[in-house]
Amino acid sequence: MEAATVVLDHDDMRRTLVRIAHEIVEKNPDGAIAVLGIHRRGAFLAQRLHALTSELLDTSVPLGFVDISFYRDDLAIRANAPIVHATQLDFPVEGRTIVIVDDVLYTGRTVRAAIDEVFDYGRPARVQLAVLIDRGHRELPIRPDYVGKNIPTSTEERVNVHVKEADGRDEVTLGPAGGPRRAAA
Amino acid sequence: MTGSRIGPHLISIDDLDRAGIERILDTAESFAEVSGRDIKKVPALRGKTVVNLFYEASTRTSSSFELAAKRLSADVVSIRSTGSSVDKGESLKDTVQTLSAYDPAAIVIRSPHAGAAQLVAGWTSAAVINAGDGKHEHPTQALLDAFTLRRRLGSLDDANIWIVGDVLHSRVARSNILALRRMGARVTVCGPPTLIPRGIEALGCEATPSLERLHEADVVYVLRMQSERMHESYVPSLREYAERYQINASRLRPGQLLMHPGPVNRGVELSADAIDSPQTLIGDQVKAGVAVRMAVLYELLVGTPLLAVVA
Amino acid sequence: MTEQKLHRRARPGAELLIRSAHVLDPRAELDEPRDILIRGGRIAELAATGSLPPPDDGEVFDATGKHAFPGFVDPHVHLRTPGQEYKEDLESGTAAAAAGGFCAVIAMPNTDPVVDDGSILGSLAGRASREARVPVGFLASITRGLAGEELTEMAELADEGALGFTDDGRPVVSAGMLRKALQYQRLCGGVIALHEEDPALSREGVMHEGAVSARLGLTGIPSVSESTMIARDAALAGYEEARVHFQHLSAAESVEALERAKQAGIRVTGEVTPHHLTLTDDVVRTLDSRFKMNPPLRTDTDRRALIAGLRTGVIDCIATDHAPHARHEKEVPFEQAAMGTTGLETAFGALFTELVLPGALDLAVVVERLSAGAEIFALPTPRIVPDEPANLVVVDLDACFEVGAHGYASRSQNCAFHGRTLHGRVLMTLAAGTVAFRERMLVEAAPAR
Repeated sequence: MEAATVVLDHDDMRRTLVRIAHEIVEKNPDGAIAVLGIHRRGAFLAQRLHALTSELLDTSVPLGFVDISFYRDDLAIRANAPIVHATQLDFPVEGRTIVIVDDVLYTGRTVRAAIDEVFDYGRPARVQLAVLIDRGHRELPIRPDYVGKNIPTSTEERVNVHVKEADGRDEVTLGPAGGPRRAAA
Repeated sequence: MTGSRIGPHLISIDDLDRAGIERILDTAESFAEVSGRDIKKVPALRGKTVVNLFYEASTRTSSSFELAAKRLSADVVSIRSTGSSVDKGESLKDTVQTLSAYDPAAIVIRSPHAGAAQLVAGWTSAAVINAGDGKHEHPTQALLDAFTLRRRLGSLDDANIWIVGDVLHSRVARSNILALRRMGARVTVCGPPTLIPRGIEALGCEATPSLERLHEADVVYVLRMQSERMHESYVPSLREYAERYQINASRLRPGQLLMHPGPVNRGVELSADAIDSPQTLIGDQVKAGVAVRMAVLYELLVGTPLLAVVA
Repeated sequence: MTEQKLHRRARPGAELLIRSAHVLDPRAELDEPRDILIRGGRIAELAATGSLPPPDDGEVFDATGKHAFPGFVDPHVHLRTPGQEYKEDLESGTAAAAAGGFCAVIAMPNTDPVVDDGSILGSLAGRASREARVPVGFLASITRGLAGEELTEMAELADEGALGFTDDGRPVVSAGMLRKALQYQRLCGGVIALHEEDPALSREGVMHEGAVSARLGLTGIPSVSESTMIARDAALAGYEEARVHFQHLSAAESVEALERAKQAGIRVTGEVTPHHLTLTDDVVRTLDSRFKMNPPLRTDTDRRALIAGLRTGVIDCIATDHAPHARHEKEVPFEQAAMGTTGLETAFGALFTELVLPGALDLAVVVERLSAGAEIFALPTPRIVPDEPANLVVVDLDACFEVGAHGYASRSQNCAFHGRTLHGRVLMTLAAGTVAFRERMLVEAAPAR
């Protein structure tokens, strides 16, 4: 297998997340935000953004995680049920700005599912989207509010986001198809 | 989690290996969270039809299954019949074949006859879930019991569980012995000798007619004692049964957990002070029913139309 | 005398030369290749292979590589006539018998109405003379309507041709009632055949009481239900010096009880079915109602005791207890299904495949026991000997068949061996001198390797 190209290394990732945190705070001057990570890697990134934005706002911003397994639009054609992780959304959604966090934005279907799930909890004032990587090829009219890096890709390529909490290192690589499959984001 | 075996039907606990049971319990945790939301629904089974065939009266189980399917956004058809006119198997077969017109994704069946779920599975391409067949099995009850216990104990490995009462007539006992053993627990069944089936040890449990060592148990699972048993002379009287086998506060050691599949015959197999004690998990069991049944439906139904897509 | 007790549609006797069959007739001590010449339905000659010229007006059947046995006799079948012909009738039942190599059967009286009256028996005999493909004998019931309360007119029934008496399907619960029947037997003769079960112990049981019934949550029928009744009835038979035959033994304890009775000199005999010799309660785990019968399939220990009993002769003969039931009576939950399996068409194949091939029983023993039922009911035993009527079966031991693949000769399909591949295909059956069955193959089956 060809080696994958590193598009973001450890330092890049740290700087990028700091920048996104600043952008979130600038765009939401009232600070009434909540950070919501999409399992799995979006959740880890959300934790970091939560820490960064809470520090900037000098207050503890609510943090939650969603598993979108039950909201996927491809359940009918999957070979088996996706593994479910825990959804934790313990704060009231009414009237808040929810910032959804995911690692890679691709077709937009995952984000659509996450939005559906948020609305099952209540009616947020606003929903914004922060992603580490936007790789293009949208199939739904979903646009991110905050982007770490835009990486144009072909559909045969694979974007691999590694986070220290799950993979032992912080790194984003772009490689050929093959290797472990990840569900389309 | 590759390597877990679930389905294609849930007729017996034998249709699940340990990894399969754990996966269902894990998924049930997520559905328990869904049940805590204001909008207690997820769209996972939208567009699918679930048929409930209940040939035996049961508000508890039937409402639990109905709610589970509805909370998954499935379309639900419930057919209830407690009349003896539909007890004949021919009606069962005709009913199932007629229902195929609705193209159900799942059929949940509860019947007073062992093997009914198995038969239905042979007549339909839907996933079949056994909601209780005669005295044979009641797998979702065992799963919700395991879920409840796992939440309380963390792990069931080496847990010492006693099942007390009329094991002979209990499908809940059979499914539970299998499920608890599969999850690593040790099981002892205890009751009057006339109500412990000969050869039950072959399921991997111990059997004793005496409550003497009950104090060793971590969990005491009490079965319902029906008054009919006295008429059939399995026990000389309910009074004697209560005297020897009733679980009350003095027989329960502090720290022991108490369970019962419901409904409870107060004063017969369980005393009021036991039912109302803080050691009882009975309320948790009831609450667990919907989440566990949602998990079963989800795990069995997601992915099944793959064959249709490929074809 | 015998001609009045077995009834069959009259047909001209066969003219046939069976060439080069390996003839195995243990009673005649014959176990070698022979040509068999049949003229006018009688065995005219047995000769060294190739030595007989073909008959001018007859057929030559090349049986090279095949075996010929004395025709089988089944002393326990349910032909469901009168009253339940939707399950089986005399024609279809005897067609099944012939397809299985049986040259005579004895039908049980638990029909609708019960055969408890001379006129019913007479009319049944008449029907058999018009419809039966192989000779059929009849047992009459011991009690009226099988109710266990009043004796039938046993002497009159014997005069009408009853070969004996049974309340099969039910036990004779009252020892007093059975005793009277045993006493009456001195007047009317015949064999009293007993279905042994204590209803107080068998209750609503649907399978053997053991680890499998504990697992399945089905009510079990304990072995002692059968063995205690055998012990009781053997004692009564001894006391009254009567002649009793115990039907469809299923338990090791029953074999022991039968052996003790024989050792005590009591005139008792016993039978066992092919399904009890080859299947155990383990198959019931599937909850397939084809495995629901009474008495039930029991454990492997019981099965081996039955095999040993058959081998030593404690159990005298094989009987299928052929019990046809319609689909709607079997395609229901196990507890509700009718009890019984068909057995005529698979008896030899099942025994040969599951017992002879693995070496549990000799072929000669199986062949002998498959016709030993004749003598027990005072019928002539089929023999492959000159001047005897032709009662024989030609079998290809090497050929196999999938049970039920081409349907059944029986009207019913409830066969416990359905779907199994068995060795030992019946090619031709001669019953009372006529060809009662001849295998018609659409496709030639490949010989087994």
